[in-house]
Amino acid sequence: MINEIINMNGYGVYVWSAFSFTLVCFTSLYLVIKAQYIKERNKFILKFGSLDSKQVEAAKTQKINIEILSSGQII
Amino acid sequence: MIKIPEPNKIFAITSRAPKYVFFLFVVVLSVGLIEALLLSPEDYKQSHSVRIMYVHVPAAWISLGIFSGITLLSLSGYIFKNKNFFLIAKSLAPSGLVFNIIALVTGSIWGKPTWGTWWAWDARITSMLILSLFYLMYLIAWRIYNDDEKVIRATTLITIFGIINVPVIKYSVNWWNTLHQPASINLLSESSIHSSMLVPLTIMTAAFALFSLLIFLMKYNTELIRLKTKGLDRL
Repeated sequence: MINEIINMNGYGVYVWSAFSFTLVCFTSLYLVIKAQYIKERNKFILKFGSLDSKQVEAAKTQKINIEILSSGQII
Repeated sequence: MIKIPEPNKIFAITSRAPKYVFFLFVVVLSVGLIEALLLSPEDYKQSHSVRIMYVHVPAAWISLGIFSGITLLSLSGYIFKNKNFFLIAKSLAPSGLVFNIIALVTGSIWGKPTWGTWWAWDARITSMLILSLFYLMYLIAWRIYNDDEKVIRATTLITIFGIINVPVIKYSVNWWNTLHQPASINLLSESSIHSSMLVPLTIMTAAFALFSLLIFLMKYNTELIRLKTKGLDRL
């Protein structure tokens, strides 16, 4: 049964490599986009931390800035 | 005038959505893989190699769909002078390119046992390769131009030229004698694919669509944060 699933009448190497390639692409794209997200969020936090109290008050008037600060890991 | 919610307002939704989309994607993909690899029947002619269809076809469909969407968004953004359309288009492009590459590579893997060759300069395959070049040009344009006006003009032009290739991809199998088989699924007429194969194909397409939604949301949030970081400089 297991051998049949792996071999697939001799086509297993093609089928499994096509599915594996797809999953590798998915994982790579996911990790790249996640890394970009973390990098940009860290940049934002760093910049926000460097603001003086007056600028912080001004920044806090925009709800999205608070949302970014409170949003944790994307997944 | 088309009114779409401002990025400021939709971040609250787009920042929470990925974890739900990710969960749904894992569930649908798991069901799809079981259907595609274990439960669906083998083809009377192609035997088990037909299973490659369950990754190749959804990837090709979504890649074409995303490019069409990017073109529509770019044109709408240009006409209605709304930068958010460009931001959405830019966020869709990475998954479009990856799906295009998956369609090309899995098609090549499928070609070896079916046609006896990894690659042929066939109309369908060549036009798909050209689409990947348009995706690349689109993404490179976003990287090399710093000026907003220039990048908007360049990316819109790339999508306008690129979209001409989309009907060529779709109808290439009807217009020319190609190695690639004609479409088995037609929306307007009866499909030639059996339901035992159509079900896994539909589930895998749904899984791929969920993955592109997930990547889009993550990329869109990243772009919004990048914009807001620039906004902090102006305070």
